[in-house]
Amino acid sequence: MTQNWPLWEVFVRSRRGLSHTHAGSLHAPDAEMALRNARDLYTRRGEGISIWVVPSTEITASSPDERDPFFAASADKPYRHPTFYEIPEGVRHL
Amino acid sequence: MTSTSGTDVVRTAAALALGDDALILSHRLGEWAGHAPVLEEEVALANIALDLLGQARVLLSLAGDEDELAFLREERAFRNLQLVEQPNGDFAHTIARQLYFSFYQHELYAELAAGDGPFGPLAAKAVKETAYHRDHAEQWTLRLGDGTEESRRRMRTALDALWKFTGEMFAPVDGVEVDWAALEQRWLASLTGVLDRAGLALPEGPRTGAWAAGAGRQGLHTEPFGRMLAEMQHLHRSHPGASW
Repeated sequence: MTQNWPLWEVFVRSRRGLSHTHAGSLHAPDAEMALRNARDLYTRRGEGISIWVVPSTEITASSPDERDPFFAASADKPYRHPTFYEIPEGVRHL
Repeated sequence: MTSTSGTDVVRTAAALALGDDALILSHRLGEWAGHAPVLEEEVALANIALDLLGQARVLLSLAGDEDELAFLREERAFRNLQLVEQPNGDFAHTIARQLYFSFYQHELYAELAAGDGPFGPLAAKAVKETAYHRDHAEQWTLRLGDGTEESRRRMRTALDALWKFTGEMFAPVDGVEVDWAALEQRWLASLTGVLDRAGLALPEGPRTGAWAAGAGRQGLHTEPFGRMLAEMQHLHRSHPGASW
């Protein structure tokens, strides 16, 4: 190979009702092959019912340098947390 | 096997034929471990090999003791198709072998799964695996055939080289109750479809008769098979009865 295949990020949804979760990354020549490679690498033990693959270059990430302005400002605002509600019995996934 | 009735003998022979196909191809695909062009593809081939090994274990257990059958038989006692014992060659040869065999195995198991014969339950489970093997071979055939000039040349060479081994697949096996002629027609039709889309022609050489290969079902094998068997069996023969 004269050049490496592009990198893909893999997201797997493990059950109906849950959201896709980042599982890892892999190399593949195109999206169709990336899906198949993801199936082989990340869902062999019944982990998934749905897979997304996204070219890694399409991911825009927040910068570590901007961590404070991005995240620190929310640390002292407890009223944003829904801690003042009583959770009804029988509610799952909360 | 305690009974030696005629049906049992036929069923045992049939289980050996199908089981040996799966076992030998599994071993060949396993040889890619550590050598595949990329890690992802290595895992894909190993997955297919493990699926086949699982099928082989069930089938050989129907015929006797799976370990004895796999590791203590001589070359002439194996009943696999000559196609599956062919060396991996370059990646295109491996894919051509997968294309021919997985399309055949999928059609065969789909028909067995629909019937009520002794191989029905196994086939019903395996047919989901073979559907994936088929898809894997198809995806790669499209990419190699419709890729670069080099990949196209290699894929065509591989398809031509293995073509003469494909006639043997449709020689009826006693105890495997399928319509072999119809199976061959379906195989040819789906193969032609994929090759068309890949921009590759169906090879033209003979598949049956004097110039074709194929007596694996009778225990006659090609030269590379002996070397493969020596490697596959040497550990078990060196340490009989050893376990983890």
